[in-house]
Amino acid sequence: MQEIPYTVAVRQDTGLYNAKMGIWLFLASEVMLFGGLFSAYVLLRVGAGEHWPLGATYLNVAIGTFNTFVLMSSSITMLMAWASLKMKNFGHFKMYQGITIALALLFLSVKGYEYSMKFKHHHFPSDNTFLAIYFTLTGIHALHIIGGVVVNSYLWGPGSKMWQAEPERFTNRIEVAGLYWHFVDLVWIFLFSVMYLL
Amino acid sequence: MSESHHEHESSFWKKYIFSVDHKIIGLQYGITSLIFLLFGFTIMMLMRWQLAYPEQPLPVIGKIFGENRMPGGIMLPEFYNQLGAMHGTIMVFLGVVPLAVGAFGNYIVPLQIGAPDMAFPKLNMASYWSFFVGGVIMLVSFFVPGGAASSGWTSYPPLSDIATVGQTMWLFGMAFLITSSLLGSVNFIVTIFQLRVKGLTFMRLPFFVWAQLVTSFLLLLAFPPLEAASVMQLMDRLAGTSFFLPSGLLISGQPLANSGGGSVLLWQHLFWFLAHPEVYVLILPAMGIVTEILANNTRKPIGAYKLMVYAIIFLGFMSFIVWAHHMFLTGMGTAISSFFQATTMIISIPSVVILAAFFLTLWGGAIRFTIPMLFALAFLPMFGIGGLTGLPLGLAAADIHLHDTYYVIGHFHYIVAPGTIFALFAGIYYWFPKATGRKMNTLLGHLHFWPSFVCMNLIFMPMFIQGLAGVSRRLYDGGLTYAHAQGALHWNVFISMAVWTLALSQIPFIINLLVSMKCGEKVGDNPWEATTLEWATPTPPPHGNFTRELSVYRGPYEYSVPGASRDFSPQYEEKP
Ligand code: HEM
Ligand SMILES: [Cu+2]
Repeated sequence: MQEIPYTVAVRQDTGLYNAKMGIWLFLASEVMLFGGLFSAYVLLRVGAGEHWPLGATYLNVAIGTFNTFVLMSSSITMLMAWASLKMKNFGHFKMYQGITIALALLFLSVKGYEYSMKFKHHHFPSDNTFLAIYFTLTGIHALHIIGGVVVNSYLWGPGSKMWQAEPERFTNRIEVAGLYWHFVDLVWIFLFSVMYLL
Repeated sequence: MSESHHEHESSFWKKYIFSVDHKIIGLQYGITSLIFLLFGFTIMMLMRWQLAYPEQPLPVIGKIFGENRMPGGIMLPEFYNQLGAMHGTIMVFLGVVPLAVGAFGNYIVPLQIGAPDMAFPKLNMASYWSFFVGGVIMLVSFFVPGGAASSGWTSYPPLSDIATVGQTMWLFGMAFLITSSLLGSVNFIVTIFQLRVKGLTFMRLPFFVWAQLVTSFLLLLAFPPLEAASVMQLMDRLAGTSFFLPSGLLISGQPLANSGGGSVLLWQHLFWFLAHPEVYVLILPAMGIVTEILANNTRKPIGAYKLMVYAIIFLGFMSFIVWAHHMFLTGMGTAISSFFQATTMIISIPSVVILAAFFLTLWGGAIRFTIPMLFALAFLPMFGIGGLTGLPLGLAAADIHLHDTYYVIGHFHYIVAPGTIFALFAGIYYWFPKATGRKMNTLLGHLHFWPSFVCMNLIFMPMFIQGLAGVSRRLYDGGLTYAHAQGALHWNVFISMAVWTLALSQIPFIINLLVSMKCGEKVGDNPWEATTLEWATPTPPPHGNFTRELSVYRGPYEYSVPGASRDFSPQYEEKP
């Protein structure tokens, strides 16, 4: 049987290997997903007029800012993890990838703390449309983070065995996972600006 | 002994159930979606009994549906609504799309581009199983308290927000179907871009591959907003939010306890942002199939191939900015209406271009009237009628009268039933020999085609008459209680009779499909003397598809090339 071409090598006329094109397409669909949610936000907010609360009335901007920095740092360490592999330094990869995962978990814990404070003060999604869209948007984003943590942990742990046999392919995997991770980070920056600051 | 038995068993599971081979997955999609089509057709026949003979017990089988669906064999309105919503959902999301994209796309695309498989075989398998789980959830929803979803396949709030638990099942089912189509579309696009064999440039791609490519982009980009909307509807139903519930809503005279502040139109926008591209998902693969068969059976190159390619790309782009023509009656204002009216008129141009290219291909061809060709030929006028009757619906002024009537039902069914379904039948008859090494029986094919063709028209033509008379769709009594509908009601019995005859006409097809697998006439690797790459494989193609190194030297439809020794010059044959 023939092998499937371009799993590792780059195809000349597209300039990509298969998984990289795949992740870009997937991210395009993610843009549409969050695009749909953000346009829902715009429509609901325009419809509400004066009644729309300022983000800061419900949300703690300081905590949000802190979490933004956490996630941005994890994006940087993810990039370093990939760069380490490019420089054939597996030890550094392990470290940076580990930090990425730890930062993601920190982000989730802070988010969980925020949620629990909301519930403690009896703020629920059913209270008003602002809280509804806040919980929905951040919830879906958190699911994306969790998905990223699962994948990154796999690539950090059992998945990293591939480095021995197919180093190039493994490096590609980290690159692809990284593209996803930067995207999730980017979404958060949007989300933070829209929900907390506006 | 037990060891080898075990091995044998696991290889069976690997080979046929959890296979990663695009051909097996294609066949899995094909079988599953044909069963769903039959199911969707069957529940529609129940509805047609109720429309023809409202308030009369359904003989023999009526009682088995139980007291909460058909007490004494007479259909309850609630049950009619479930059947209506699920007929639409099943036909679109579990029948036509999986057959057109999941089955034909999976089986044919890698072969036609000379690839050993899809780019991501494991994702491909995941896509099928996600589809399967979604389908099971939809079926199970009939048996939960209150029955299946009953707010139409469109799930408009506020009704859907306050409907019984079947609607929640519908949303979860859709989440799986959306995941499936997302995995599938990424896979198709990467496969077509990355795995084309040497020499197969974009302008040498068979039109079928082009159609699948554009379709995949539509699925990739149009479905996520519906996913967003589904999550919001789930929040409304499970977490008590009010995304789609406006303030001050009364349900049976009682004010709703929700916070309000939501918008019902928000759902409609998000839904139609998917669902308009979705109608092109229903039709483009069908056009692709018809193209292959027309070229093959006229023994002529496709007229204006390049123009068709540009037309289908343009059509793909435009289909994202016409959605609100489904919402002319929501009071969105004349400026917005005019915009969507204009885009709708513009998008009909590429469709006309493609249809014209089809007719041009027929002109002066030495036509072989094979069974696939009959279905493909029938597709042309049926799609034409469906398309032309759509134009008045795209004009805001005319739509005010026609919206939500049986005219709409007639219009889009002309496109999806005698249109797309016929094209899919054509595809089955055409590619069956590649998958099995045998041809389907011609006599049974005629017994299938001719009555189906007649019945389809007897069913859907009268719906235009009913609709113009003002009979609304989604009425469980077929319009019995409406004074203005009385003049058109006698058609209800007529239509239902034609539906049952149509059902009988599918029996030759089912027999043909099953019997020909074992006893059909044996054929070689290229029985239709076709030019594209799928016919260069052994029959049926082995795992990995091609047994020799291939290159492509020419366009997809080089039939009757002057000076050539035969009337077809395959893509893989070098020019002399
Ligand atoms: C010959 C086959 C078919 C027949 C006789 C048929 C018949 C019908 C009828 C009578 C209705 C109207 C129910 C009502 O308004 O209460 C209906 C609705 C519908 N059908 Fe079919 N159908 C067929 C095939 C299909 C196929 C192949 C598709 C999709 C690809 C489809 C999609 C739909 C949808 C989406 C609706 C819901 C329309 C609405 O929103 O009101 N049908 N069908
Ligand atoms: Cu439309």
